[in-house]
Amino acid sequence: MLDTTRRVATPEGIELTLRLAGPVPRALAWSVDLAIRIAIVLAVMLLASQLGRAGWGVVLLAAFFVEWLLPAWFEAQMGGQTPGKRLFGLAVLNDDGTPLRWPGALTRNLLRAVDFLPFMYAFGLVAMLLNRDFKRLGDLAAGTVVVYLSAATEPGRKIPEAAPIPPPVALDLDEQRAVLDLAERSAGLTRERVEELAALPTPLVGALEGERAAARLLGMANYLAGRQ
Amino acid sequence: MKQAPFELAHAREWGEFEAFLERKSAFDPAEMPARFRRLCQHLALAAERRYSADLVDRLNRLALRGHHALYANRRRESQQVLGFVLAGFPQLVRREWRLVAAAALLFFGPLLALIALLQQFPDFVHYLLSPDQIASFHQMYDPANRRIGMREADTNVMMFGFYIWNNVRIGFQTFAGGLLAGVGSAWFLGANGVVIGAVAGYLTQAGFGETFWSFVAGHSALELTAIVLSGAAGLRLGLGVIAPGNLTRKAALVAAAKPAVRIMYGAALMFLGAAFVEAFWSPLTEIPFDVKIGAGIAAWAVLLAYFLFAGRARAAR
Repeated sequence: MLDTTRRVATPEGIELTLRLAGPVPRALAWSVDLAIRIAIVLAVMLLASQLGRAGWGVVLLAAFFVEWLLPAWFEAQMGGQTPGKRLFGLAVLNDDGTPLRWPGALTRNLLRAVDFLPFMYAFGLVAMLLNRDFKRLGDLAAGTVVVYLSAATEPGRKIPEAAPIPPPVALDLDEQRAVLDLAERSAGLTRERVEELAALPTPLVGALEGERAAARLLGMANYLAGRQ
Repeated sequence: MKQAPFELAHAREWGEFEAFLERKSAFDPAEMPARFRRLCQHLALAAERRYSADLVDRLNRLALRGHHALYANRRRESQQVLGFVLAGFPQLVRREWRLVAAAALLFFGPLLALIALLQQFPDFVHYLLSPDQIASFHQMYDPANRRIGMREADTNVMMFGFYIWNNVRIGFQTFAGGLLAGVGSAWFLGANGVVIGAVAGYLTQAGFGETFWSFVAGHSALELTAIVLSGAAGLRLGLGVIAPGNLTRKAALVAAAKPAVRIMYGAALMFLGAAFVEAFWSPLTEIPFDVKIGAGIAAWAVLLAYFLFAGRARAAR
């Protein structure tokens, strides 16, 4: 399966699944951050204009901190999220799924200078497309990944209630999972597509078709989920 | 066990764990590790028994957040900073002395060679600097035009901001360029060496030596050394890419980035200090030439002693 997940093993002997974020959401998050950075510098400029020439010094200082250190500060101190990343539900983590600390945050933010080359993050994009973890060069050196921190469950992903029907044949675990997945996703699919899919497993639904096949499979999903 | 009874049996515990992560403490923090292990077991069971994706995802999310809460590193960072400045940084620079020497050669080589060369062949400067640049340096350091000494206090603040913005950026670029197999660092080191050498050599030869050297003497030690160290950190990255040794290239790069970014902490502090000196001490013309040169030499001596000796006692312990 073509998948953008990465599994990391923890000391507890389980594997956690990280969902990696690709170039597009990251670029969107970056543009939000850029807008915020520009807004901060403009605000400082407005306030500092009272101070005459010293004001320019303050503006340049602000520009420096906002460009180089502010993103690193957010990533090290605010759970790996700059404001843009927070908006898009992204976060930076270490490779092993642990929270990012100052060294990693600074490494990846200082090396942005190389990812930016030769123009508009071209190197960073090429690097992202060349490895399976969507790492730009700064991520490669810092050993970090950008992942989705999935929000709460999408609505409608509950298995609809129906009277449980035991399947006529024994199902192995993957088959059970397929039935459960279909029932879970049925709210998000069109009725025709659900019926079409439900007619496929003939050992389960026999010659039934259309609405009746879908209802029968839903009953089996309820049975498999253990509802009484 | 089917999914629904499983959920029913543990829903309360998962709810408590989630509340704990949101800092609505539902139980004593001392129970956290045991509860986290139990949650991990539930996740493993749910995945193994192919419970619905919804449930597995929810448990995975809880486990990930629990993992973050449990393994968050809470060292005392203020103490680390002091230890780093007093011992860790000079130790690190001594450990990487070969790269520091290489970076110093790339930077000071062209710098010193050009200063010497331009005393003999002043016209050579036209290969290196444009007429506009030469004119502006002329104006800046002409003893007859005492603009440097006439600077007001608010101009100092402006220049401080400029030095931070410009010089630290050069340092960061020199470091980051190392990722391109070290070529970027080498180029930035060489290019900055050439420009600084050309300006210094030309102004000395043109008879503006006193204003120029009295201006740069004070901050030269911190600033030039910081550039060299940024370059050395960049070369460290580049070396990880070029010669990974027994590691994969990716692992070698990650391993190289750790000491490299620690060198950059120190280099950034040095740039900060240099910007202070350059903005508030270097432009003072009331102070005699001899004193400023003496202060500059003293700064070099202190810095050299710092990198040679600081932190040795601590390492021996």
